Amino acid sequence: MKFSGFRVFAEAMRGHKGWRPLWRDPEPQPGYDVVIVGGGGHGLATAFYLAEVHGIRRVAVLEKGWLGSGNIGRNTTIIRSNYLLPGNQPFYEFSMKLWEGLEQAINFNAMVSQRGILNLFHSDGQRDAYRRRGNAMHLSGADAELLDQDGVRRMYPWLNFDNARFPIKGGLLQRRAGTARHDGVAWGYARAADQRGVDLIQNCEVTGFRIENGTVRGVETSRGYIAAGKVGVAVAGSSSRVMAQAGMRLPIESHVLQAFVSEGLKPAIDGVITFGAGHFYVSQSDKGGLVFGGDIDGYNSYAQRGNLPVVEDVLEGGMALMPRIGRARLLRSWGGVMDMSMDGSPIIDRTPVEGLYLNAGWCYGGFKATPASGFAFAHLLATGQSHPTAKAYRLDRFARGHVIDEKGVGARPNLH
Amino acid sequence: MLIPHPLLGLRDAQEFTYLGDASLIDRPEGSDEAALADYVYLRDNPAGLHRELWFHEQGDRSWLVVTRNTLTHEIVSAELARDVALARKEGVA
Repeated sequence: MKFSGFRVFAEAMRGHKGWRPLWRDPEPQPGYDVVIVGGGGHGLATAFYLAEVHGIRRVAVLEKGWLGSGNIGRNTTIIRSNYLLPGNQPFYEFSMKLWEGLEQAINFNAMVSQRGILNLFHSDGQRDAYRRRGNAMHLSGADAELLDQDGVRRMYPWLNFDNARFPIKGGLLQRRAGTARHDGVAWGYARAADQRGVDLIQNCEVTGFRIENGTVRGVETSRGYIAAGKVGVAVAGSSSRVMAQAGMRLPIESHVLQAFVSEGLKPAIDGVITFGAGHFYVSQSDKGGLVFGGDIDGYNSYAQRGNLPVVEDVLEGGMALMPRIGRARLLRSWGGVMDMSMDGSPIIDRTPVEGLYLNAGWCYGGFKATPASGFAFAHLLATGQSHPTAKAYRLDRFARGHVIDEKGVGARPNLH
Repeated sequence: MLIPHPLLGLRDAQEFTYLGDASLIDRPEGSDEAALADYVYLRDNPAGLHRELWFHEQGDRSWLVVTRNTLTHEIVSAELARDVALARKEGVA
């Protein structure tokens, strides 16, 4: 079933009786060419690109719960390509380009909205750092504009420009950045992969890997053994747990990141705004809720919920930046489990086990990377070579000293 | 979260800063680069009981080894890291 405006119109005339489930619910087969562990955004995107770009269709995605039940449905939906380092920025710009063509590629309305992201700065030093970052973005082909205070004032006159401690001096604007409907991204990739023959198998937990002579042969699951030519693991948040079953320790700690949404309000914030003096980022969903977040809680956690001190910290940041949100009521807060890597950057690489591949360590930046992560992981699984934009995301880069540390804080996952 | 400090009683976790897995106490001796890279970068990252280092920065500036459940955030025990390190040395000697 192809979605289109005409289709919506035709269904409206027939009482919407023609809609069908977006994907099949198949029984697992005895074996596949490629088994993807993890039915989140990255796993589903990987399956889609394996089928679409590389023509590999004997593919299964194994998901412990239901599709998109992890961080793809828990993030603050921001997409952007405003990184600094050469190992990162070209990858995220590639992702941005894939976002721009995503809805046509998967024939699904993911509500990609290029409403712009504005990173505010509050000091001369920050201005210099953002000018440098903007230049690095230009080098990768991305767009970036440095706004002075008047430029920011024209966009958002209601921000707290004269905060005594952190006055707003300007901002770095990326107009092509924005937001996307996060669940829709998972559903869209799932449907597109299913249409190309990929088996999406839910309620199927991987309980072990069958490894013979250093080569992976398949996976043990709660629904029986499944043989596989290659296995790709994309289970950010639980990477250490899953890879421990293959006898590996990872350069990753799991941490909880909280996110928040206010009650629905009339249109108030038409782009994405980030505070440069604390950690606070906000956008307004199309339903009207202010969606925002801040720092991780800072201690190892698999709990998918956080504690109140971080709630206070995030809301203080919000109030310092935009006092007018103080009258809005908080509707909901929740937590997701992040793969915090030792340098703050992800891993897309082969492992010491032949045929076993790893996609992990996305910290709290995985959502924006979904298309490129899937594309690059599919490329690696299909060709055995790293995708040109993901060459730096090697698993052994830590021991070799080639870390990609955007923040420059060293092997301290809770500080990235 | 409240951390049961062995000397000061229950203290708010906000008074502490977090470092990570308590195995960081056991820094490898010698010039084995691979062992040092493992020590610096690799973690067990368990789901369940986790022994971890907390620094009482806004308090008596002691390091604690806290045993905490990463699935529930329940804190099971807290010891002075100095005592833990000394006990390990005695165990080796």
